Amino acid sequence: MSASAPGATFIVLMLPFLAAIIAPWLTRRLGHNAAWLLALAPVAIFLHFLGFSSEIATGGIVTGGFKWVPSYNVSFSWLIDGLSLTFVLLISGIGALIMLYSGGYLKGHDQLGRFLSFMLLFMGAMLGVVISDSFLMLFVYWELTSITSFLLIGFDHSREASRRAALQALVVTGAGGLALLAGLLVIWNITGVSQISLLLNYGDELRESPFYLLALLLVLGGAFSKSAQFPLHFWLPNAMEAPTPVSAYLHSATMVKAGVYLLMRLNPVLGETLWWETILPLFGGTTLIVGTLLAIRQTDLKLMLAYTTVSSLGLLVMLTGFGSEHAIAAAVLYLVAHSLFKGGLFMVAGLIDHEAGTRDVTRLGGLRKAMPITFVAAMAAAISMAGLPPFIGFLAKEEIYYALWAVDPWSLAFVAVAVVGNGLMFVIGFAVAIKPFFGPAVKTPKAAHEGPVLLWLGPLTLGVAALVMALLSPITHRFISSPMASAVAGGAETVSISLIPHIGAPLMLSLVTIGFGIIAYRMLDRLRAGMISLLAAIGWGPDHGFDQLIAGLVRLSVAVTRFVQPGRLEIYMTVTFLMIAAALIAPMAWYGEWPSMPAWPADVQFHELVVFSMVIIGLLAVIYARDRLTAIVSLGIQGFAVALIFMLFGAPDLSFTQFMVETLAVVILALVMTRLRLTASDHRPTLQKAFDMSVAVACGGGFMLYLLAVTQQPFNTALSDFFAAYSKLVAHGSNVVNVIIVDFRGTDTLGEIAVVMITGLAILSLIRIRTPRVAVADNDPDLTDVTDHKAEVR
Amino acid sequence: MAGKSEGLQDLSTVYALEPLAAADWLIVGPVAWCILIGALLLMLRKRTDVQPLIAIPALVVLVLMTLGLVWHVAANGTQTMTMGRWLPPFGISFTADLLGAFFAATSSLVALAAGIYGRSDVDDSGRRYGFYPFLLLIMAGILGAFLTGDIFNLYVWFEVLLIASFGLLVLGSGRKQLDGAVKYAFLNLIATTLFLATTGYLYGLFGTLNMADIAVKASELRGTAPLMTLVTLYLLAFSMKAAAFPVNFWLPASYHTPRLVVSALFAGLLTKVGIYALLRILGMLFPFEREELSFLIAIAAVLTMVLGVIGALAQNDIRRALGFLVISGIGVMMAGLALGSPAGLSGAILYAAHSMVVMTALYFAVGIAARLGGSFELTSSGGLYTRHGLLAGLTLVLFFSVAGLPPMSGLWPKIMLVKASLDIGAWWLAGAILVTGLLTTISVGRIWILAYWRPAPPDRSGDAGASPLPLGATAALAGLVALTIAAGVWPEPLMALSQEAARGLIDPSAYVLSVFPAEVQP
Repeated sequence: MSASAPGATFIVLMLPFLAAIIAPWLTRRLGHNAAWLLALAPVAIFLHFLGFSSEIATGGIVTGGFKWVPSYNVSFSWLIDGLSLTFVLLISGIGALIMLYSGGYLKGHDQLGRFLSFMLLFMGAMLGVVISDSFLMLFVYWELTSITSFLLIGFDHSREASRRAALQALVVTGAGGLALLAGLLVIWNITGVSQISLLLNYGDELRESPFYLLALLLVLGGAFSKSAQFPLHFWLPNAMEAPTPVSAYLHSATMVKAGVYLLMRLNPVLGETLWWETILPLFGGTTLIVGTLLAIRQTDLKLMLAYTTVSSLGLLVMLTGFGSEHAIAAAVLYLVAHSLFKGGLFMVAGLIDHEAGTRDVTRLGGLRKAMPITFVAAMAAAISMAGLPPFIGFLAKEEIYYALWAVDPWSLAFVAVAVVGNGLMFVIGFAVAIKPFFGPAVKTPKAAHEGPVLLWLGPLTLGVAALVMALLSPITHRFISSPMASAVAGGAETVSISLIPHIGAPLMLSLVTIGFGIIAYRMLDRLRAGMISLLAAIGWGPDHGFDQLIAGLVRLSVAVTRFVQPGRLEIYMTVTFLMIAAALIAPMAWYGEWPSMPAWPADVQFHELVVFSMVIIGLLAVIYARDRLTAIVSLGIQGFAVALIFMLFGAPDLSFTQFMVETLAVVILALVMTRLRLTASDHRPTLQKAFDMSVAVACGGGFMLYLLAVTQQPFNTALSDFFAAYSKLVAHGSNVVNVIIVDFRGTDTLGEIAVVMITGLAILSLIRIRTPRVAVADNDPDLTDVTDHKAEVR
Repeated sequence: MAGKSEGLQDLSTVYALEPLAAADWLIVGPVAWCILIGALLLMLRKRTDVQPLIAIPALVVLVLMTLGLVWHVAANGTQTMTMGRWLPPFGISFTADLLGAFFAATSSLVALAAGIYGRSDVDDSGRRYGFYPFLLLIMAGILGAFLTGDIFNLYVWFEVLLIASFGLLVLGSGRKQLDGAVKYAFLNLIATTLFLATTGYLYGLFGTLNMADIAVKASELRGTAPLMTLVTLYLLAFSMKAAAFPVNFWLPASYHTPRLVVSALFAGLLTKVGIYALLRILGMLFPFEREELSFLIAIAAVLTMVLGVIGALAQNDIRRALGFLVISGIGVMMAGLALGSPAGLSGAILYAAHSMVVMTALYFAVGIAARLGGSFELTSSGGLYTRHGLLAGLTLVLFFSVAGLPPMSGLWPKIMLVKASLDIGAWWLAGAILVTGLLTTISVGRIWILAYWRPAPPDRSGDAGASPLPLGATAALAGLVALTIAAGVWPEPLMALSQEAARGLIDPSAYVLSVFPAEVQP
């Protein structure tokens, strides 16, 4: 391990974000040519990390970083090994080409600056994902890719389909991100480490933990949603609503591979268990087949490619799940090959769309003459995709068959899956690369001619790279495949496959695949028609399910909210008092805090009994009063009686205050009531009355019982003693209550004075409210807005 | 007991005699300053042009003062100042620990933003009826609540902020507003009254109101006195203040009715005072009782966060949706209280600070959007992304922040709380927090897509809103957005602060020592 030039690495990691900040400004100045300058950022990243390759090739690992949140034991630290290095080189290399391509593709678009900025932000996020050593740093970057891809998918925001696709991607990958977070936190809790480089030593602890399956499922939730595994695949084809550079970069070459990256990264610690080796191949294999079948049905070049991306991701997951030496080598090679050919094919599709005005494969043909460079790039990518020599796709496919081939039912099933999947991808690859270029020239919406250099540079370079990497396979293996396979396997691995085929089962399977592919290609139209009618027969799919889910969620929310927020003050008050009654009585019952039965005081005086009965009579009068005014006056009787009690028990100040308050309260209440135009008496139904009464009794009784319980405790008189002792002596006031108010606790009084003043000011505002309009039944504004507005998912 | 003759000679048994250090004035200074300026503004009620010129600089001073207090407390530990020099527990102590100082500083920042935003949001009549005095006085109440060390005094500050909030709520005085204000006033008065009654019970049991004194005596009384009922009553009273389910009715009923800046201020600060009181009373004074109630609190927390975000999903009026998001966040903070561990409490503290800033800023953003020819109604707004990219961007940052996505401040407290839940095996609590995050993402994503990305409805595309962004309001918004990003990208200082504050709650010995220095311990 070494930590060479950590400062430089950090700056390089921040480079895309810095470039993103200046992108809009630069684009305003230079127009689409700003892309040339902005592409320097990924180029610099590529070169910086290329510098590590010799060290990585000899089995080294580069780590570095700094303490980011020491209080939470979170570092900003990176881990550069074969796996992350390959990803970094793909992301920055293809990223540079995509930047140029974007400049050409969106030339003249008024939001080009914003677009390039988003692309750079995404690039920075994606780099962060693959290079993070710390769990939380990985999660932060992971979510950033979701956010930036949300912005990019919805870039054509005036189209409803774009907005829907953006939300869909955000929700699906966002949900996956949360699962990933939970999974990482569970792993953190099991092992006590929060860095991948340390985690690699804890594989056994993890696999033997009772929470292994939980952690695995949560991590898979994150990986499968990001890498569009069936049945979460539906967001990816919809993401094709984005401009083609986005599809080429995010949704084929890089972001969707984040899930695969995660699985490869955690293979050494989570892999080699029955669960891993069952779940991954099953989901991967299903995704492979479903993806290719859905691709057959499409006629839009981008959608055809999108579905084969789904199937390629399935193939990668499947291979990672097998986990054998050759399966990992195959996954590594296929991952690299796929990034190159799929990125290239998407750019070709965009180029055709850009120059010919359509990307419907049935409306294209004979473009070979008009667009020769595009044609070359397309053929290179398609040959690689089909797994034919002399491109790197061939190496990948040979290795796949080499890895899968074994004579037992489980393996044979997956061999069959791989053959069918590869065969169909062969079909799609050539459908995209041959159909638009061969045959008679078809009249296209725009008169097609070769695109500008910004547009063809990318696909051509990727095609050449796929060729060179295959021709120089020893070098490829030394610097890319072997180190990466070693990192995935968690031990030294050597990849050695070359363009020279070995006679054996893999070659036979290749030939079968090609044969199957050629036959299927000839039947493409019939296959497509068949798939269309099959899908029509099924009718429902997870994509539709997503809409139903969101709409259902909104409908459910409206119903629930109507129930918990009905908009009527009476209900709110009732619930509140019920809660108060419960808060009084339940703990007293549960924890046995009841008061003991109070003894009847022996020294009770007759006049005291009279006053107490006045209180009770006043209350009964309130309850039984025929009209409201009588009730208010009766309430006053009760209040005066209480004031008398205060007086009898030696609190003249309190008593005086109570008299004042009661008098004022009765007068004000009476005045207000007369102006409120209420009915003279209260006519609730009996049942309602009984219920309200029980709530009132429960509250009042609760307060009383608890008061008894409290007063039965010995009282600590330290404060009253102090006040009594020093009121005259130090504070120079003989009325203790007054001294408490103005001195001992003068701050309270200051606050209360402020309250009085603020009340006055508030009343001033209230007085302004005139009521010219008829008193509307506007008591429930809470409800008015919980309308049945359609659950728009746009 | 001191006799008459020796009393004057031995004042040290009654009075705190040592001279106050200048820095000690920072403890009570913010509250006094707010009342002072509030009174001054009240005198200038009709000089509506002068009011902001006084109020905004005064709020800047307030921010500096509270930041100074944070620095002072962080450097020198919890600080106490007793009013009138009466020795605690006899006088009213103001005790600033990290929790109080941190919340005070954050809320002052929010108030400053509201003061700036209010310049353009509150018209002359609003000012004449007291927007700026109310703003300063509500801050007096809020800061008093954060800084007081006396539980009855806490009640007084609750009253101050309640009545000032009522004044702000009826400012402008529409009919609809009045309906919201009535619900708000009734339900909050019940909560405040319950708080008062419970404090009466507490005095009956403890014979003291000083919090440090209570913290010490609680361990002596535990087992003999009926404390569980007492603490349950406090839990209910403060949950009503914090708008936790099922006593949160007042918030959705009222938050969308007043002037926008008022909604923003309320969303940022009011419920957080309830959370603060829960942390202080249940977290610090009654930790054992809190532990007993933790399952109940956790259930309430889950219901609050989930029903909150569900309420947000159901709304068409964006302001209402935000109100429900405030509630949802309260649930997340309650989860931290339920956990009660250092990680849980610090998560709740950090989340509260985050929520103060972000919820206020969200209302600002929505208000600016509505003023620029958008609307509060989802069904009739749109087109803001094209016309006002900056506003759309700021809003999106806030939306992602409230959903807890990186790199914004909402992420970290959420991670802390999820991890703290997993630490004790409460997977359901962790799951609820994460699901709430996802539902929040859906809810705010929908709002943004509909109100910002979607093109303006055809009938309104004519007024394509060439109107420029209001400068002051946008600056206030941008300032808060910068805070949430900064706290997300570099969370270390705030995280360390929250953890230290949580430690102070769990082990209040420093708090007690600051009130009762060992040499004069009664």
